[in-house]
Amino acid sequence: MAYPTEYRYTKEHEWIAADGRIGITDYAQSTLGDIVFVELPAVGAELKAGESFGTVESVKAVSDLYSPVNGKVLEVNEALNSAPESVNADANATWMIKAEFDASQLESLLTAEAYEKFISEETGH
Amino acid sequence: MSDSGSVLRKTALNATHRALKAKMVDFGGWDMPVEYSGLIAEHMAVRTGVGLFDVSHMGDIQLRGPGSLDAVQKLLMNDASKLQVGQAHYSAMLTPEGTFVDDVVLHKLSENDYLIVINAGTREKDVQWVRKTIGMMPSVHINDFSDMYTQLAIQGPKAIDVLRKLTDVDLDAIKNYWFTWGKVCGLYNVLVARTGYTGEDGFEIYVPSDEATSARVWNEVMEAGKEFGILPCGLGARNTLRLESAMALYGHEISDTINVFEAGLGRYCKLEKEADFVGKQALLAVQAAGGPKRKLVGLETIDRGIARDGYPVLTLDGKEIGVVTSGSPSPFLKKNIAMAYVPVELSAVDTELAVQVRSTMVKSKVVPLPFYKKPKKTT
Repeated sequence: MAYPTEYRYTKEHEWIAADGRIGITDYAQSTLGDIVFVELPAVGAELKAGESFGTVESVKAVSDLYSPVNGKVLEVNEALNSAPESVNADANATWMIKAEFDASQLESLLTAEAYEKFISEETGH
Repeated sequence: MSDSGSVLRKTALNATHRALKAKMVDFGGWDMPVEYSGLIAEHMAVRTGVGLFDVSHMGDIQLRGPGSLDAVQKLLMNDASKLQVGQAHYSAMLTPEGTFVDDVVLHKLSENDYLIVINAGTREKDVQWVRKTIGMMPSVHINDFSDMYTQLAIQGPKAIDVLRKLTDVDLDAIKNYWFTWGKVCGLYNVLVARTGYTGEDGFEIYVPSDEATSARVWNEVMEAGKEFGILPCGLGARNTLRLESAMALYGHEISDTINVFEAGLGRYCKLEKEADFVGKQALLAVQAAGGPKRKLVGLETIDRGIARDGYPVLTLDGKEIGVVTSGSPSPFLKKNIAMAYVPVELSAVDTELAVQVRSTMVKSKVVPLPFYKKPKKTT
């Protein structure tokens, strides 16, 4: 699956859109396998770049969700409570939280191209 | 994952798994498939149809010779004198303390000829243990033929229909935990056992471990299973299937610090048998002292949250009293289940406890084991 060029990415495998939507990458969902539980913060919670804001769990593993930026939680995708598997179905379209943040922070994050290069190095393929 | 420089061991089907684009993991030093199409789909295939597993990493030790029954009786806790030729049973090798070296399935191949199937991660330790324990008996030949066979597990309610297409063996005549030999995929004298580690009906077959034969048999089973929706299944589904069925896994429910009674496996331990098997005296002492102090129980979470291996178990007022040995979402029951050791006085069904899931206390209750039992045949 292609990584949308309008998103920015982290080495912890999150993506962020200019409108503040944050999700995990297709690589992350495929590594985790069947996702069964997503634990998200409350609206209004503070976000710190590089720090955990929640967890995502597949049948076999737990993984932290790391915020790409400093900011605040504006909205939480409640649909993930009942349909966490939508992350597997389409990781690019399935956001977890929407953040209020200073857009200048996007500059320092990975582009789609840089992220793809990063995962190809990480997996050795 | 492994930067240690150690080379992972491979089964004869390694290239087959990679061609199927399986996710591979280091499992006890083996490069094994953890999932192919997806853990939940694979799990459900076994519960409702059929799945195929490569379990060639399991070890096989043969004991033969006039002293073999005596050797087995000394080595293992179950009573092998009760086995008939063609029958298998669950058993274990114990330490002198009555804790586990490994759990095994013992097969009586013929008079004075036994096959012990052991775990992959403990293979070398087990083989050494066997040699050490029965080393003084010249009338027993110990033969490690772990690498000579590819072991395939065909599991699920439709397993019998798949295997029937590939063999002249009368599969219906093989009772649960019995086995026979026959022609499978054109190969003669293949051991066909009605055993498994999924809590479902199914068979395990042992074919020569050369790559060409192993791949051919794998592909023929997959082809024969097509009409039944067969899926190749990885270690991920194998773990959730055995957990739902409350089957012990070495290093989790059983280990060299957990004794037979704690693990709830006393029904496979025959203290009354004449042989003074390793661990017997310690277990008699445990029994004389009023039984174990802690017990393996089933837990189901009431609050949202998934209990996982190693998470602490607490009383509702926050006192740590035990630990989760295996925990996972249950793909079939669609609940979050776990097995855990807790003090005997807190082990009754319906007792409310909590599991510490990272920073949260997740309310849970004790439920009967196993979590899942296969439906009785209606025919």
